[in-house]
Amino acid sequence: MMSTSRSGVEVRLEDLRRRYAGVTALDGLSLTMAPGELVALLGPSGCGKTTALRLVAGLEEANGGRVVIGGEDVTNVPANKREIGMVFQAYSLFPHMTAMQNVAFGMQLHEVGTEERRKRAGEMLELVGLSAHANKYAHQLSGGQQQRVALARALAIEPKVLLLDEPLSALDAKVRSRLRDEIRRVQLEVGTTTLFVTHDQEEALAIADRVGVMNAGRLEQLGPPTTIYSRPATPFVAEFVGLTNRLPGVVKGREVEVRGTRLPLVKPDSTDGPAIALVRPEAVSVAADGDVSSGPLIGTVIATVFLGATSRVTVDLGDITVLAQLPTSDAVALTAGTRVRLSLRTDPVLIARDEKAPTEA
Amino acid sequence: MTAAGNPAVAGVGRPITGGRRLSLTWVGAVPFLGYVSVFLFLPTIIIAAGAFLSDSGPTLSNFGNLSRSYIVSATINSLILSGITAVLGAALGAVLSYAIATGNPNGVLRRAAVSASGVLAQFGGVTLAFAALASIGPAGIVYLWMAQNNLDFYSSGTWLYDLRGLEVVYLYFQIPLMVLVFLPAVDGIRPQWREATESLGGNTWHYWRYVAGPLLAPAFLGATLLLFANSLSAYATAAALINQGGIILPLQISNAITSEVGLHEPGFAKAQAVVLIAIVGIVTALYAVLQRRTGRWLQ
Ligand SMILES: Nc1ncnc2c1ncn2[C@@H]1O[C@H](COP(=O)(O)OP(=O)(O)OP(=O)(O)O)[C@@H](O)[C@H]1O
Ligand SMILES: [Mg+2]
Repeated sequence: MMSTSRSGVEVRLEDLRRRYAGVTALDGLSLTMAPGELVALLGPSGCGKTTALRLVAGLEEANGGRVVIGGEDVTNVPANKREIGMVFQAYSLFPHMTAMQNVAFGMQLHEVGTEERRKRAGEMLELVGLSAHANKYAHQLSGGQQQRVALARALAIEPKVLLLDEPLSALDAKVRSRLRDEIRRVQLEVGTTTLFVTHDQEEALAIADRVGVMNAGRLEQLGPPTTIYSRPATPFVAEFVGLTNRLPGVVKGREVEVRGTRLPLVKPDSTDGPAIALVRPEAVSVAADGDVSSGPLIGTVIATVFLGATSRVTVDLGDITVLAQLPTSDAVALTAGTRVRLSLRTDPVLIARDEKAPTEA
Repeated sequence: MTAAGNPAVAGVGRPITGGRRLSLTWVGAVPFLGYVSVFLFLPTIIIAAGAFLSDSGPTLSNFGNLSRSYIVSATINSLILSGITAVLGAALGAVLSYAIATGNPNGVLRRAAVSASGVLAQFGGVTLAFAALASIGPAGIVYLWMAQNNLDFYSSGTWLYDLRGLEVVYLYFQIPLMVLVFLPAVDGIRPQWREATESLGGNTWHYWRYVAGPLLAPAFLGATLLLFANSLSAYATAAALINQGGIILPLQISNAITSEVGLHEPGFAKAQAVVLIAIVGIVTALYAVLQRRTGRWLQ
């Protein structure tokens, strides 16, 4: 079964609403996932990601809206009849069963014969690279191995949808990125439509076909990772995904003037007046030659961080600091204390009017 | 007996093993071993040795006397009393623990039930006997109220001073003791396990049969054993409630030590105590075997 890749089904969340005593966890969430697609739900803590996932799983009841899986309205179908694979944040393996028994358990509940069960559980463990650990109990496995068993267990019942709620957040950074790629490989191999919840933007951008950025119970933007990053639809997305400089400026017509540079607006219908321009570090370039005595974009390097091929330079302009990202070869000379002149690439920018920045989860 | 408190998730943390730690561990265990020697092993040896002595030297007659019919029936009564109150206490206490564990962790039920259990598990002796008399005694308010409402539970005789009475009264402390030792195990059951079972297609029955049941079984068995031993050795409550005869073994032991008819039989008392110790030993061994079968994942 697992050897041949299967085609997934379409999953639709329609205007989902959920309230807890006094808190609106989901405020009309709509999202359509194409068959076999992996969508990452990204957002700050408390924005409703887990709630959305639990509504799809049937572990929580919606106050409004529908969940449609493969054309069938399952809003009122109990969790154990929805054929959903779940991977939880941590500690979800049954501690009294071996890895093999954990993976076989779902098939046992579906009354698959013992032989068939063992064979398929073996295949699933092989798929996640844990054949050698089949007879270990959860406490004998590392955190990453436990999560791989959990993935195998979820997939063993051939679910229509795979749901993962921050499956990597309890792991350390190195294991996390390796397992992330592993999950993606397995998901592509089995072709199951997958919803992956995370508050880690790097994770979301790396793993997903499309990323849905959530804020306060609704979807702010849904799109491929590159679009989310390079063409954020709202200030919230711009500030939540990737690093963003918040530079004070003044809107005039279809442009915003920031420290003597005029930048075109993404949405040119803004009213004139003071505003914050959101400028990516990549759109800031740094020069140490020429006249660096005075000017609105002249300042001093206070830190340079090498990230590998690129480097991130922090420049103090007196009243504000600005982050610039440039090729490492251009940044070698920019040690702390160097006087530099910045220039802003005239890409269209988003502006924010309220002073409140979203909190990074 | 420590097995009773094994949380269901004992397997989550890895045991720290390392040869060099051993010597330190032993040093740390010295006070405990000393305590156990003085208050457990030494008395056991003295009792066991004394059981083979009479005024006139070594003898086996103390053990021969165990076949006296009143000793046999007291032993059987003790086993029945302990068996029934252990099983009922464990069952009812487990249900109560489950209700507490699934309720609000900061709620009134939990706080009230846990602190009440702490107090009631120590309830015994004259206080408990008096409480029983004042409530369900033939002149107790609960009895009188129920009798007035045609629920006369003494209509076929006052059983409060019989074995049945002891069974009811012992539950006063058996159920709270069960809550104390079993609640940590129930608290160790993670909600993810139920949700994982559900998403894998299981219903409530599957969850209890394959997940929660097996996970809680070792702790449940251990706690039941603890209740059994607790009841087997309880003396003060029975002594306060029943002032004549020796319906259960601890009362017979007391009679043999301080008989009012002047028959002091210290060796015989010790022989009876050896019987009690042997019963606890057998049950503990039985438990160890069961534990090894049910709790393999705990190692
Ligand atoms: N069982 C519950 N009872 C009451 N409020 C709840 C419950 N579950 C969630 N909430 C509230 O609903 C909102 C959304 O919660 P949710 O768990 O979906 O957030 P999340 O995006 O998954 O956050 P995180 O990244 O921290 O996991 C939060 O304000 C939370 O406090
Ligand atoms: Mg969450």
